[in-house]
Amino acid sequence: MSDTFKGIEPMVHNSKISVPYSWWAGDTASKFFIALRDEKKIIAPRCGKCRKVFMPPRKICPSCFTENTEWVSVADEGTLVAFSVARRQLESIPADKKVPVIWGLIKLDGADTALLHYLGEVKPEKVKAGMRVKAVFAESRTGGIRDISHFKPVS
Amino acid sequence: MDRAAIIGVGMTKIEANKSRETFADMAWEAVNKALNDAGMTINDIDNVVTTSSDFWDGRTISCMAVGDASGAAEKNLSCVEGDGTFGAFYGYTRALSGSYKTTLVTGHSKGSQCISSLITNSAFDPIYERGLGMDMITACAMQANAYMDRTGLKPEDTAQVSVKNHGNALKNPLAQLPMNISVEDVLKSEMIADPLRKLDCSPVSDGCCAIIIANESVAAKFKRKPVWVKGLSFCTDSFFFGDRDLARSNALAQAAGNAYRMAGIKDPKKEIDLVELYDAFTYQELLWLEEMGLAEYGKAANSLKKGEYNLDGRLPVNPSGGLLAGHPVIAAGLYRIAEVVLQLRGEAGEHQVGKAKTGLAHGVNGLCGQSHCVWILDQEK
Repeated sequence: MSDTFKGIEPMVHNSKISVPYSWWAGDTASKFFIALRDEKKIIAPRCGKCRKVFMPPRKICPSCFTENTEWVSVADEGTLVAFSVARRQLESIPADKKVPVIWGLIKLDGADTALLHYLGEVKPEKVKAGMRVKAVFAESRTGGIRDISHFKPVS
Repeated sequence: MDRAAIIGVGMTKIEANKSRETFADMAWEAVNKALNDAGMTINDIDNVVTTSSDFWDGRTISCMAVGDASGAAEKNLSCVEGDGTFGAFYGYTRALSGSYKTTLVTGHSKGSQCISSLITNSAFDPIYERGLGMDMITACAMQANAYMDRTGLKPEDTAQVSVKNHGNALKNPLAQLPMNISVEDVLKSEMIADPLRKLDCSPVSDGCCAIIIANESVAAKFKRKPVWVKGLSFCTDSFFFGDRDLARSNALAQAAGNAYRMAGIKDPKKEIDLVELYDAFTYQELLWLEEMGLAEYGKAANSLKKGEYNLDGRLPVNPSGGLLAGHPVIAAGLYRIAEVVLQLRGEAGEHQVGKAKTGLAHGVNGLCGQSHCVWILDQEK
């Protein structure tokens, strides 16, 4: 390092990339969200070849590399596969959520893959993999993943 | 089969805040160190691969902005977004292609200049997941829970990784966080996302690494004894966590198996002398070792406890201090390769391990180890 820059005060330039995005959810997610919003029902696509039922819904079966054409209803109850508890109010956590925030991977009855969502109405210390949980729907639903408010333990 | 070797490496010191260097300044330093190491000038390089991430850098086509400082003018410059091991994979294939002979590969990032939680949250699916607010730490906490639930390991077992790697970093002048700590220190540090405490997590870091990969036909022309790429593979798992078994990593088992076969390695436990792997979190060192076939599933913690992975152990793991002692995202895997190269040349200084004929370097891309790249490097062709 040359001495030319010895003792130079490090200047900081503050900036931000602020670009709004509007993602079309696509046919598959739209069908799923409309059922959540209008009927409080959880539906999922099934692979015509291997018969697997996918949550979250997607158009393509990753194992068979074919299009999923059938749709089935899955239960609003399922089994907790794994979970995570935030203790620090990380910047990624939505403003309406205060720590501890608990996320779970939930395998709904009738589905073959697990859905990522919140766990609620439970203390972090009581959460265990394998526990049974049930969807609580949001009162105001707009056609998005948070039309399910959270999953709570089945008492 | 055609062969290629690594003939030069250059690393900047890994630091929390590189206030005196821009991205390009870091690249300039790492590239010149690599050229000096190899005994080459920039005119001896015939193509360049830069590795970076637009989100971390806060600009689009971020890789092109470091081309000038990497000596890419009038050369074929190409880019990879992802961990440096993947950029190096591409560089290796170019060196083998017949079109090129000497590839310069760089990887850089500065975690200090943005908010890592927001960047890693953006890796989640925007339609189904991103709005739920998980990030890399909370995602890996989920994987840590799944792994510890399956294996019965306790936080005091995984904490030993932090003790060892921060301790190793005391002997590595390029490491950011050399620390003499105990298991108790780890268990008393701030809980960020159960079961991950602050000292279970790698720090936010700035750094740049460069390596030079040469085709066999020119590998011996320069200053250094070449370090040969004997085995190399990467594999990718499903994107959605709910499709995977989070307590395992099939992608890594496959990548390692392929790399061993390519290298002619039959018993990796006996034939690998040292490992530099992607320990972004303490549990990952154990899980990755197990999936690479270097320990039985759930048993790496026992070997760690016995000191087998220490600098002077049977199989030194992260003698440099690993990511826990400094984690420049994107560059981190390239640092692993550079560290193994130094070890195999017997030039790692105070953190040099004893026997170092064959080494393994490992990089990760994606949340919870969705994708893994495994390099088997060797003193001999």
